[in-house]
Amino acid sequence: MTFSFTHLTSAALALAAGLAATPFAANAAGSEGIVVYNAQHESLTQAWADGFTKETGIKVTIRNGSDMQFANQIVEEGAASPADVFLTENSPGMALVDTNKLFAPVDADTLAQVPETFKAADGNWVGVAARSTVFAYDKTKLKESDLPKSLLDLADPAWKGRWGASPAGADFQAIVSALLELKGEDVTKSWLKALKENTTPYKGNSVAMKAVNSGEVQGAVIYHYYWFGDQAKTGENSKNVALHYFKNQDPGAFVSISGGGVLASSQHQKEAQAFLKWVTGKGGQAVLRDGDSYEYAVGNGAQSNPKLVPLADLQAPKVEPSKLNSKKVTDLMTEAGLI
Amino acid sequence: MCRAGRSGRCHAIAPLTAAPRGRVPHASVVALASAVALLSLVPLGFIVWVTVETGWHDVIALIFRGRVGELLTNTVLLEVCTIPLCILLAVTLAWLTERTNIPGARLWSWLAVAPLAVPAFVHSYAWVSLVPGMRGLWSGVLVSVLAYYPFLYLPVAAALRRLDPAIEDAAASLGLGPWRVFFRAILPQLRLAICGGSLLIGLHLLAEYGLYVMIRFDTFSTAIVDQFQSAYNSPAANMLGGVLVFCCLLLLGIEVLVRGNERYARVGSGAARPADRRRLGWFVIPAIALPLATAVLTLGVPLVTLARWLYLGGIGIWRMDAVGSALLQTIGLAIAGGLLATIAAAPMAWLSVRAPGRLQRILEACHYYVGSLPGVVVALALVSITVRLILPLYQTFATLLLAYVLLFLPRAMIGLRASIAQAPVELERAAMALGRTPGQAVRQITMRLAAPGFAASVALVALGITNELTATLMLSPNGTVTLATKFWSLTSEIDYVSAAPYAFMMVVLSLPLTLLLYVQSKRTAGQ
Repeated sequence: MTFSFTHLTSAALALAAGLAATPFAANAAGSEGIVVYNAQHESLTQAWADGFTKETGIKVTIRNGSDMQFANQIVEEGAASPADVFLTENSPGMALVDTNKLFAPVDADTLAQVPETFKAADGNWVGVAARSTVFAYDKTKLKESDLPKSLLDLADPAWKGRWGASPAGADFQAIVSALLELKGEDVTKSWLKALKENTTPYKGNSVAMKAVNSGEVQGAVIYHYYWFGDQAKTGENSKNVALHYFKNQDPGAFVSISGGGVLASSQHQKEAQAFLKWVTGKGGQAVLRDGDSYEYAVGNGAQSNPKLVPLADLQAPKVEPSKLNSKKVTDLMTEAGLI
Repeated sequence: MCRAGRSGRCHAIAPLTAAPRGRVPHASVVALASAVALLSLVPLGFIVWVTVETGWHDVIALIFRGRVGELLTNTVLLEVCTIPLCILLAVTLAWLTERTNIPGARLWSWLAVAPLAVPAFVHSYAWVSLVPGMRGLWSGVLVSVLAYYPFLYLPVAAALRRLDPAIEDAAASLGLGPWRVFFRAILPQLRLAICGGSLLIGLHLLAEYGLYVMIRFDTFSTAIVDQFQSAYNSPAANMLGGVLVFCCLLLLGIEVLVRGNERYARVGSGAARPADRRRLGWFVIPAIALPLATAVLTLGVPLVTLARWLYLGGIGIWRMDAVGSALLQTIGLAIAGGLLATIAAAPMAWLSVRAPGRLQRILEACHYYVGSLPGVVVALALVSITVRLILPLYQTFATLLLAYVLLFLPRAMIGLRASIAQAPVELERAAMALGRTPGQAVRQITMRLAAPGFAASVALVALGITNELTATLMLSPNGTVTLATKFWSLTSEIDYVSAAPYAFMMVVLSLPLTLLLYVQSKRTAGQ
C-alpha cells in the first residue's frame, strides 16, 4: 500500500476548504429567496412554501427546529440573524422575540386578514393557525364520567401514574404558560409539582398519544390535531383513543396560536411580508382546510377542516398571547425537575 | 526482549526541548497537538464562561437539584451495567472467532462487526417497533450493548490475532491449565485493546442522544437537548453540560489508571507465528449459539423491522429527490470530516505512543474529553461563539466540520494510536541513522506503517458523521438535510414508514465503511 501523507493532507484540506467555501447544498437564500426559521410541523410549512413559491416564484429555504429554541436563537443572533420569517407552533416564542424588539411590524393588509383574537396587540406578529388543548384518553378504560373536569384535577393523587405529557415540548409549555397567566404562580407551581409526581414524561405529543393507545397510560394532555392526523392515516396509534375537550374557559381549553412574524433584520422585507400575507390569506388557510395538518384555520372567513370541532364551540379561556411568559415557565419547570 | 517492563523504561523518553541528532523533534509535533488540544478546550471554556456569567448562587441551584441526581444515577447505572457486559460479550466472541476452530469463523467475525453499520438510534427504532413498551434502564443497557459492543470486539480480535503464541506455550510449559493461561498470559496482553474499546463505549454512552430518546431513558444528553429546545443555550443546559464534562474526565482518569504504560511491541528477531486454533469438540454447539444469537439480536432485529416498514411503505416512500439529496450531503460531510479529524488527531496519536509523559497525558485528555461531549454541547458552544465573535463562520460548513473534528477526535485517535504503537521506533531511528531527516523518517516509515490505521480512523469517523444527529441539526447551514436529521424528524412524528428509507440508506452507507474497518483490523495482524 503506497501512501503519501502529505498528499492526502493537502487533498483533504482542499476538499474541506472547497466545502466550506462553496456549500454543496442550496443554503443562504439568493437575492430573491427567503429563509424561514420553522418550528411548525415540517410538512405543513413545506406545503405553504410550495404553494407560495408556485404563486410568486420566490424561493423558500426552511430551517427546522422548535419554538423556544428558535426564539432564543433569534435573540442570540440579534441583527445578524439569517432568518427572514419566523413561524411557531405556539405564541410564547413569538412573544419572546417581540419583547426583544426584533420583529418588523406586519403589513396592514396582512393584519386585516386575521381577527383580533389571533394576532399580537402591537401588530408585530400574526396568527397563522391554531390548536386546541385536549385530554386524549383510552376509551377502552375510561368512561365519560371518569374524565377530569378541569386540567387542574390532573394534579389529584387519584391520577398518579395514569396520565402522560411531553413536558419538554413547546406545546405543553405553552399550555403551562396559559395556566400561569390565568391562575398565577402559586397554583402553577403546585400543579407542576404534582405533575412531576403524577405523569409519565414522553418525548413528543405523538409518542404520548401512542402510549395512551397501547395502554401504558390512560390519558395524555396534548393538542387535538395529532389524533385527527393519525385517524386520517392508518389510525394505528389512535384506534383506542378518544378526545376530551375541557371547555368552560378552563385552562385546559386553551387554544394556542401558531404565529408568524418578519424579522426587522431581514434583508428581504418585501418577500418576507409577501409570504406572511400568503399564509394568512386564502391560499395558505386553504392548506389548513384541505391538507393533512388538521390545525385550525384562523383567517377571516376561512374554514377549518370539517372533521374538527368548530373553534367557536371550544369555549377557550381568554388569554392575551403577548403575556405568555416562556422564560418563567421554563424556570418553573426546571425548578420542578420536569426538564 | 522487553515486553512488560513495569516502569515503561523501554521507552526512550525524549526531552521536549532541542532534539538531539537521531530523534524526531518533538517540539513541532507538540505544537501541532497543542493547537488541536486548545481547539478542543473551546466547548469547556464556553461552559466555564457561562458558569461565571451565571453567578455562583444560580450555578449551585442548577447543579445540586433533584433532576441532576436522577440523571446522574441513570448515567452511572448505564455505564456500570453496559461496559462489563460489552467486555464479556466482545472478548468471548473474539476468542471464539480468532482462537478456536468454530465452523464459519470468518463469517461470525464479520457478523460481530456488522452491527456498527446500523446507527444506534436505528437499533432502538427497530426495538421500539418490535416491543412498543420498551423503556428504562434495562432496555437502555440491552440496546447499548447490541449497538456498541463491536467497538470492543474490533480491537480485542485484532490484538488476539497478533499475540505471540510463544508466550502461551511458555505459560503452558510452566504447568498452567488452559483457563489460567488465558487469564494470566493472554488477558493481560489484551489490556490496551479492552481499555481503549471500553473507553470509547463509555464515552458513547455519555454522548448518545437518539437511542435513549426512543426508549425513553433520560440521560444528561437527552436532558440537555430538552433544555435546549425549551430555552436554547440556557444556563441550565450548560450546567448539565458541565456535569457531563466532569463525568467524561472521570472516565478518562479511570482508563488511564487501568491502562498502565507497559510496552506491547515486540523487539528482536523473529515474528509471531499464527496461533493454533483450539479444538472445541462437543462444545461447538453452545459455542455457535453465542455468535448466532448475537447476530439475530444485533442484525436480525433491525433488518427485519426495516424490511417490514419498507414493505408497508411500498414504492411511494422513495421520494428520490429528497432521499438522494440527503444521501449526497451525508456522503460529502462524512468524507471531509473523516479526513480532517484524522489529520487533526495524528500529531497527538504519534506523541502518545512515542513520547508518553505528563504533558502528553494532559494533551491527550483534551483530545478525548471533547469527543465525549454530546453534539449538543459542542454545537451550543460553537453556535454562541460564531454568532457573537466570528459571524462569517456562523451556520457554515466550516463550523459544522469543526464540530465533527472535535466530536470524533477520540475515534480518530484510537485507530491511529494502535497502529503507530505497532510501528517499532527502532525503524524510525534506523532511517535517521541512514541520513533521513526526522520528518522524513516519520513520514516514510511510521506513517506508512500506520497507513491502515489512518484509513481505519477515517472510516470510523466517517461512520460517526453519517449517523451524527444533534450537532448536525444545530450547526448545518440552512437547507442542509442529512439522512440522520431527516430520519429523526420523521420518527419524532411517528412516521416510521417514511423514515425507513433514510434508515436503510444510512445502513447501506455504513456497510462499506464497516467492511473497511473489518478488513483493516485483519490487516493489522500482518496477515
